Amino acid sequence: MYQAIVFLPLLGFVIAAAIAIVGARTLHPGGYPEPGDDHAHAEPHAGHAAVHAPHDDHHHASEPAAPGSRPAEVITTTLLFVSMALSWIAFARIGFGGQEVREAIAPFIFSGDLKVDWALRIDSLTAVMLVVVTTVSALVHLYSIGYMVDDPDRPRFFGYLSLFTFAMLMLVTADNLVQLFFGWEGVGLASYLLIGFWYKKPSANAAAIKAFVVNRVGDFGFLLGIFGVFVATGAVDFDTIFAQAPSLTGKTMHFLSWDLDTLTVICLLLFMGAMGKSAQFLLHTWLPDAMEGPTPVSALIHAATMVTAGVFMVARLSPLFELSPTALAFVTFIGATTALFAATIGLVQNDIKRIVAYSTCSQLGYMFVAMGVGAYSVGMYHLFTHAFFKALLFLGCGSVIVAMHHEQDIRQMGGLRHRIPFTYYTMVIGTLALTGFPLTAGYFSKDAIIEAAFASDHAGHNPMALYAFVCTVVAAGLTAFYSWRLVFKTFHGRPHDQKHYEQAHESPLAMLIPLGALAVGSFLAGLPFLDAFVGHGAKEFFRGSLVVSGILDEMHHIPEAISYVPTVMMVGGFAVAWLFYLRNPKIPRALAKALWPVYQFLLNKWYFDELYDRIFVRPAMWLGRTLWKQGDGTVIDGLGPDGISARVVDVTRNVIRLQTGYLYHYAFAMLIGVAAFVTWFMLGGLK
Amino acid sequence: MASWPVLSVTVFLPLVGALLIMMLRTEDEAVKSNARWIALWTTVITFAVSLVMVWRFDPGSAEFQFVEQQPWLAGTIKYHVGVDGISLPFVILTTALMPLCILASWKPIQRRVKEYMIAFLVLETMMTGTFAALDVVVFYLFFEGGLIPMFLIIGVWGGPRRVYASFKFFLYTLLGSVLMLLAIMAMYGEAGTTDIPTLLDHDFPRNLQTWAWLAFFASFAVKMPMWPVHTWLPDAHVEAPTAGSVILAAVLLKMGGYGFLRFSLPMFPDASEYFAPMVFVLSVVAIIYTSLVALMQEDVKKLIAYSSVAHMGFVTMGIFAGNTQGVAGSVFQMISHGIVSGALFLCVGVIYDRMHTREIAAYGGLVNRMPVYATIFMIFTLANVGLPGTSGFIGEFLTLMGTFRVNTWVAFFASFGIILSACYALWLYRKVVLGVLDKPSLAAIRDVEPREILIFAPLLVLTIWFGVYPKPVLDMSAASVTALVQNYHDALATPKAFALERSSVPK
Repeated sequence: MYQAIVFLPLLGFVIAAAIAIVGARTLHPGGYPEPGDDHAHAEPHAGHAAVHAPHDDHHHASEPAAPGSRPAEVITTTLLFVSMALSWIAFARIGFGGQEVREAIAPFIFSGDLKVDWALRIDSLTAVMLVVVTTVSALVHLYSIGYMVDDPDRPRFFGYLSLFTFAMLMLVTADNLVQLFFGWEGVGLASYLLIGFWYKKPSANAAAIKAFVVNRVGDFGFLLGIFGVFVATGAVDFDTIFAQAPSLTGKTMHFLSWDLDTLTVICLLLFMGAMGKSAQFLLHTWLPDAMEGPTPVSALIHAATMVTAGVFMVARLSPLFELSPTALAFVTFIGATTALFAATIGLVQNDIKRIVAYSTCSQLGYMFVAMGVGAYSVGMYHLFTHAFFKALLFLGCGSVIVAMHHEQDIRQMGGLRHRIPFTYYTMVIGTLALTGFPLTAGYFSKDAIIEAAFASDHAGHNPMALYAFVCTVVAAGLTAFYSWRLVFKTFHGRPHDQKHYEQAHESPLAMLIPLGALAVGSFLAGLPFLDAFVGHGAKEFFRGSLVVSGILDEMHHIPEAISYVPTVMMVGGFAVAWLFYLRNPKIPRALAKALWPVYQFLLNKWYFDELYDRIFVRPAMWLGRTLWKQGDGTVIDGLGPDGISARVVDVTRNVIRLQTGYLYHYAFAMLIGVAAFVTWFMLGGLK
Repeated sequence: MASWPVLSVTVFLPLVGALLIMMLRTEDEAVKSNARWIALWTTVITFAVSLVMVWRFDPGSAEFQFVEQQPWLAGTIKYHVGVDGISLPFVILTTALMPLCILASWKPIQRRVKEYMIAFLVLETMMTGTFAALDVVVFYLFFEGGLIPMFLIIGVWGGPRRVYASFKFFLYTLLGSVLMLLAIMAMYGEAGTTDIPTLLDHDFPRNLQTWAWLAFFASFAVKMPMWPVHTWLPDAHVEAPTAGSVILAAVLLKMGGYGFLRFSLPMFPDASEYFAPMVFVLSVVAIIYTSLVALMQEDVKKLIAYSSVAHMGFVTMGIFAGNTQGVAGSVFQMISHGIVSGALFLCVGVIYDRMHTREIAAYGGLVNRMPVYATIFMIFTLANVGLPGTSGFIGEFLTLMGTFRVNTWVAFFASFGIILSACYALWLYRKVVLGVLDKPSLAAIRDVEPREILIFAPLLVLTIWFGVYPKPVLDMSAASVTALVQNYHDALATPKAFALERSSVPK
């Protein structure tokens, strides 16, 4: 059954890919260009994308759909729903029934003392992720049938979605670090392919490469971390690592030129991977750009599942992280910084998807704060609830975008609640959950994180806990503000683009069903699971699949007032948004003018892209060109082959000059030679 | 089963094919076609014969197998061949790629087809011979003999700057060869034999080790090629015909790595350890330097050539890490690179044959008319990037891991290669394949034809198969690699004991 959960999406990918390739082949036969071929066939493709506005998602509307689109959709979606059903069964069996499983599939890398297997490890932690991944993925598959209805490349799209799901499932069921890395890079690949799905758009291609490369920067650390683990423990499978971990405390490891605490080095290196995948501060720049991909992709990959892989990794490796307070402090710091930093940028963005993207970034920061203060199960709780309401928000955005004919600028929207009421209500539910309205899913999980940060500081576990508490509380207020700003500007007020407004229509049923399901999830994912993740049931629920430390108990002993702080911030954020965008829309404009530099700073995302361009991209290109032209060209070739051949030619020229052809020159040279020889002979004879 | 000399048959069968082609007269269409078919059948049969060795090979043994010995010259130099777990993968790689190269030359080569096929068949004998030789002189003859057909392939069937390229290729490799020959003579003077298995057991004095190591290094480093003697490779690749590039990248470069494994490490262990830091530095420089240079290339083939240099950096680094993961990873990386870079050059060949330009700027948006090609190219690009699940990952992972155990700085810097490779490879893919197809010259371009799909299919299968299940290659080489590493460390341990004794003597 567990193998079916993981490999059914792979099957879906293979079938969809086969359909896509065979379909493409029938349209474009092979061969060498022949004189008979003219430009007629290529004409409809050429220069098509440039005509459209940058926000247009559907370039191909005029092209016919690829053959086999419908079967590809139906097959992949059906397989995903089967996988989802099995996952919920697994969740019940493992989470609440306590049957953990480890299934070996095949040997992978065996070299010397390095032994890596392909194996599935299903424990409670994995079961949570299985449910999240397959549920959101199945709903997104269904949603995409409606969303991508005009796209000619649907088999390819659904193939990629299923490929992503497979890689993600390999990631969460990994039994060792190498397999985890396989899934890790696999989801990175799927993300690359899906962001660049509309390959005619230069911006989409650039964003795809950026996502892959920035993730690779994180993976650089991840790889080194894996090596560190192997050197320290002699293994890469989790059971052995965790068994060895306690004996590593206090040991040092020679890394680069220093002897550092083994566990800290390993954890920080591994965490670098998590920072890349989960778009944390410094490695976050790819996530907003990733919004170039189709909206269902944003919901599935860049909100609910892939970006949470970093959080999952820390939870999975919690027995290691737990032993390194330095690493935990760093995790807390990065998480808290991201939570606040991303929220500040979200305040002023105007692209509906980018607002939600920054919100995702910020919420991931929350999860890392939970991890950092040792409340791993609380972080997983927020991951679990966040998957539902954030996927809901993204899919809602998709519905808005479709209704607005691919307009994504919220300044062009307004009043849409009358035209697309179902989308409106579901998005309000998502927003309530995101901002932490009482009794929604986000309320329980987010407040628990803030409480955990406070409790950790109170108990003096983590030097960064107070910082984290302040950041998360402020970010809670900002979250409420930007979330309601989005809702108010999109759905309330007067329409700004009358033509689009008139034509706006509610999305088809295939899109509305997932919205409804996720809206229900935004409520039900909260309270029913509270005890299992945060309460006294956590130890029993997770059973050693992650570390359940004393912080959960300490959380119950914090002052009453603290637990109201997030709610107060939420109300405050809502009130300000209401004041700014419904009551008196002049205020934000005046404020932007008064604080122009700050506004520009936030609007330009703290100038991170520009900064990285200056300090990494351009120097690398300059260095590449210099090394090529100067290094290879002038120095190596100049001193090497070209230089040698030039010298040989020089010498020959000079030798040629000696051969003048005049007899007296030769006679003179001979005379000197004879004289020298005689001199040498005489001196030698004297000895 | 009667034991027929399966290894010698593998080595010399291509020569028989070359003789057959030589008997063809004139050059009309029929003769061209005959020459192609003879070459194809010869290489296919050779491959089939070499598979017999896989079948009969005992992977549990570190000994040389399929050994054949015949007295040859002056009583000491013998015709002595055999394979172990380190050389057999390379023999198979060579024989497996040859039929694909012949197929890849089917249409593009229309001039002097007979001579071209003869050159390739002779080259195959030289390459398999190099990997199979168990006598230093025989090795040297095959190793250097391979230069001649390659020199001709570039110089006769190459691009416009073929003379410059082949001159550069020859100048570099010649320099190394002369030094290697001197070292071989010195080794003979010391050990009194040219027999490789005997030399492997011989304990060379420290002084000779240093000089011989450097002499061999000069030759192998050029072949790899290592920075800074790599500049012949981009030029040679750019000018060589597609199949020539494939063989150059896939097999000829591996001779250097194979040489390090066969000679430098086991015969001169002390010198290897002494010079390892230097090799590490050169490898790391190669990885970062050539990756950066690759970023800025304007020529498709040059970019892939530079990326080859970077990938070979992982190989040298892994070899001189001197542990199981490093060495096994190097062997794997070489096989994988043989498949992947060969396939990438074939990918370039596909569009070069259609458009007759290698300039990146001349392409763009090919996916619109060549979806199957785009898919194939994508998979090999990812393998080049070292994505897990492709064979490219296993080699990089193992070599880096092996190196990390020895020197974290080296592993740290070398790991930048995985970031940079993603940059240049995906950038190339984007410029060539993605985007809008708006160049009028490309408007009539057609997707890969069945012949080309037939060439790519086995390479695709191997890339993914070895990426998911690398066991066949790792197992084949495991025993020999373990023995090699074991001997290396034993040898290092012995002289060190002496050194300790000596230093403990009061002055």
